[in-house]
Amino acid sequence: MRYVDEFREPQLISKTAEEIRRLAGTERNYRMMEVCGGHTHAIYRFGLKDILPENIELIHGPGCPVCVLPMGRIDDGLSIAQQSNVIFAAFGDMMRVPGTQGSPFEHKARGMDVRIVYSPSDALKLARLNPAKHVMFFAIGFETTAPSTALTIMRAKAEGIRNFSVFCNHVTIIPAIRAILDSPDMRLDAFIGPGHVSTVIGCRPYEWIAQNERKPIVVSGFEPLDMLQSVVMLLRQLKAGEAKVENQYKRVVPWEGNRAALRAMAEVFELRPYFEWRGLGFISQSALRFNDKYAEWDAEQRFEVPGIRVTDPKAAQCGEVLKGVLKPHQCKLFGRECTPEHPIGALMVSSEGSCAAYHNYEHRKAAMVSLSSVA
Amino acid sequence: MCLAIPGKIVEIASDNQDSAVVDVVGVRRKIDLGLLQDDKPVPGDWVLIHVGFAMSKISEQDAADQMNTLRMLGEMHGTLQEVKGYGLEEVN
Repeated sequence: MRYVDEFREPQLISKTAEEIRRLAGTERNYRMMEVCGGHTHAIYRFGLKDILPENIELIHGPGCPVCVLPMGRIDDGLSIAQQSNVIFAAFGDMMRVPGTQGSPFEHKARGMDVRIVYSPSDALKLARLNPAKHVMFFAIGFETTAPSTALTIMRAKAEGIRNFSVFCNHVTIIPAIRAILDSPDMRLDAFIGPGHVSTVIGCRPYEWIAQNERKPIVVSGFEPLDMLQSVVMLLRQLKAGEAKVENQYKRVVPWEGNRAALRAMAEVFELRPYFEWRGLGFISQSALRFNDKYAEWDAEQRFEVPGIRVTDPKAAQCGEVLKGVLKPHQCKLFGRECTPEHPIGALMVSSEGSCAAYHNYEHRKAAMVSLSSVA
Repeated sequence: MCLAIPGKIVEIASDNQDSAVVDVVGVRRKIDLGLLQDDKPVPGDWVLIHVGFAMSKISEQDAADQMNTLRMLGEMHGTLQEVKGYGLEEVN
């Protein structure tokens, strides 16, 4: 409760937690998936598991873009940057993600020109500043970041900047949720919907989850009170036997999304027939690539890529953790070979990965408890 | 990457309506307004920024709450590194 006590409206948080306990009762268990990695991080950081009753289980979803990217894609991106004169630019989250021959940072230590950028527009700026080199931006993310990549490519085309390309790994959230619902070993009662993705796509794309699958979904903000209120909204629906899409995060998420962002995506991207996700396998129409109008800025069309499928290290059970079948600490490598300092799987790299979040908060908390009991 | 960073629009470039300078807890950087072209912000407005692009307009109170959330998540250092563009913003 430490963080919650420091947070605004602690009394309202206590009242909401009481309401959750009242609604949840003791008769049955509830399994709710938070789709977004940002929510996973916040749940651990704020210790929300300590507030929720035991019969509410939160399952961590696939919404951590770094975590779901298969290793072969990292190898492919790095192979382009092996060519002389190429600058490899990517978000900071990507830098420690392991490829077969090491992470982008390890390649940098071996001489590759690797740069961290905050924005795709900063990568385009690098291209302007280095006209004799080729800048390849390694793009990742769901609909939160895809519109920014789209607009950057439109700007590159408008300005005629040709020493710039994008290695596109953008994925879309709806097919991933569908794949999870189709998975036979997954039993879920409800979804906490992603906040920032919904800023772009709005709430309508979730309607099939409510109508066809009969699962409630509430788009949620990231503060402790937001997430607790979302749990209340889900429990109320479940108790009433309803399944609706509701928006708890109205102050940021419009029901219709951001149309300008959707227009930019429609201008630049088309759906890939299929794309591989770590843990979930191949999912049809789940990722984006550039259409013919923007082929010149597509690193995959401009350069040769090996396109070799790489399986994860055998002992690592990232796939099972990603699907929610295993808890992070149930993986054989967790906290031993695989730690945030020396990650083997991508879920241990990003602060939004469930293994890193679990390690940073729950695992350390448990270690401190056992130390204090020894003392 | 997935952090939503709140910033206040300080200035919009006179030669490019899609380019603005924002202030994020005292640090200034250029951002792109192209994804808000249906509902253009003006100087003094608060926006949520994703990877250098303003994605939504928010109230001053929501901006303060979001900054507090980032602080509580232990992301303030990372946020400021991102806003500074890992040194790139200082290049020119």
